[in-house]
Amino acid sequence: MSNRPAAHGGIIIWLSFGVAFILTMIPLPETLEIYRPEWLTLILIYWCLALPHRVRVFTGWLVGFLLDVHMGSVLGLHALTLAVVAYLAYKLHIRIRLYPLLQQSLIILLLVALSQMLVLWISGVTGNAPSNWSYWMPSLTSMVVWPWVFFLMRAIRRIYGVN
Amino acid sequence: MTADHRTHILDGVRSTVSILLYPLQTIASTPTDVGNWLGEQFTSHQTLIDENQQLRSENLLLKAQLQKFASLQAENIRLRSLLKSSRKLRDQMLIAETIAVDLDPYKRQIVINKGQQSGIYAGQPILDAYGIMGQIINPGIASSSAILITDPSHAIPVQVNRNGLRTVLYGTGAANYLEILNLPNNADIEIGDLLITSGLGGRFPEGYPVATVVNIKRDPGQPFARIIAEASAHLEQSREVLLVMAQEHEPQLLSETLQDDENQSDSSGSKTDKSSAKAADGASHE
Repeated sequence: MSNRPAAHGGIIIWLSFGVAFILTMIPLPETLEIYRPEWLTLILIYWCLALPHRVRVFTGWLVGFLLDVHMGSVLGLHALTLAVVAYLAYKLHIRIRLYPLLQQSLIILLLVALSQMLVLWISGVTGNAPSNWSYWMPSLTSMVVWPWVFFLMRAIRRIYGVN
Repeated sequence: MTADHRTHILDGVRSTVSILLYPLQTIASTPTDVGNWLGEQFTSHQTLIDENQQLRSENLLLKAQLQKFASLQAENIRLRSLLKSSRKLRDQMLIAETIAVDLDPYKRQIVINKGQQSGIYAGQPILDAYGIMGQIINPGIASSSAILITDPSHAIPVQVNRNGLRTVLYGTGAANYLEILNLPNNADIEIGDLLITSGLGGRFPEGYPVATVVNIKRDPGQPFARIIAEASAHLEQSREVLLVMAQEHEPQLLSETLQDDENQSDSSGSKTDKSSAKAADGASHE
């Protein structure tokens, strides 16, 4: 622990979350809206895998809280689900890092689907839950975009020396 | 979560944190804004002239109608004062712009660029040039989010403009469509009926158009008719929205009527004489 170089590049981490937020908010046509990947979850998982000593459950909770404020959902809904995702990604990070990219994508599918299921449960308890199968599309699209997110983020992390 | 769902103690936290998101929301809506701006910059001269001409003639028409409206409003107030029921007919408005950001795709909500700084409060009705759009749910500092009437968790008290039949209109979650769930099969409602706000519930001002009935399914096996209506407001297109400002409706109404009564007893019937003379005047004109 003591011989780790001084942490820097925190700005890059928060900028990446900012960009993920903008991608989450940016208006899409009605037909494409349901396919929007869960950008925030993907970025969160990436940082949990790459820098598990810096980005963990609390970051997940904070990002989820902001997402709750933006979406107008019950405060704590996305905070809880992203905290759970961050916890799982942190627990499994040594294993996931070794997987080939395809297998990584499948794990991402599972994690995003899990977060979506938690959201579905809680919104079902608190009132109205969406009841069509297209609700699960973001999990699939997140899986598809994961390799690109992974390579892009790794390049960014190496260029700016975030550690 | 429970605290937020059951009570309002976290509303302050929500509106404070929303100020952090405002810059991000502004950036996210930039592509749309730039697109609109470019569209405006590159319209041809001829299109602008045509549009200008069309707006001029529309303005003329509206002004002419407004003249009539002013006299009708005066007459309405006069008649209502005869009936001793005073009521505000004109509402104060504030214009806001929508910020082009997407929220939850399974809810119908929008974000507007005015917040508590401009006096926005939760429950405030919003409308556009064509009808009621919805109401504010989370007033932030500089921006607020509003729920549209088509949101599946929204209901609005309405009446049929033709015969005053009162009912409640529910959102479906589908763009522009609403439904009435609790009118019996033999209710007097037809395709093409305009539904206007009834003012019951005290949240929406009375008399604004909400939707037009487009489909009625009367199944004899079901206790209620299934009625689908299409929203009058351009819910998915409007960039500018109008906010109806606070009116403190009920307490004022009571005090006003009390005042009117006092005035009338003070002026020993001279006023009533005058107004009844006026009413007789109006009757003879008709």
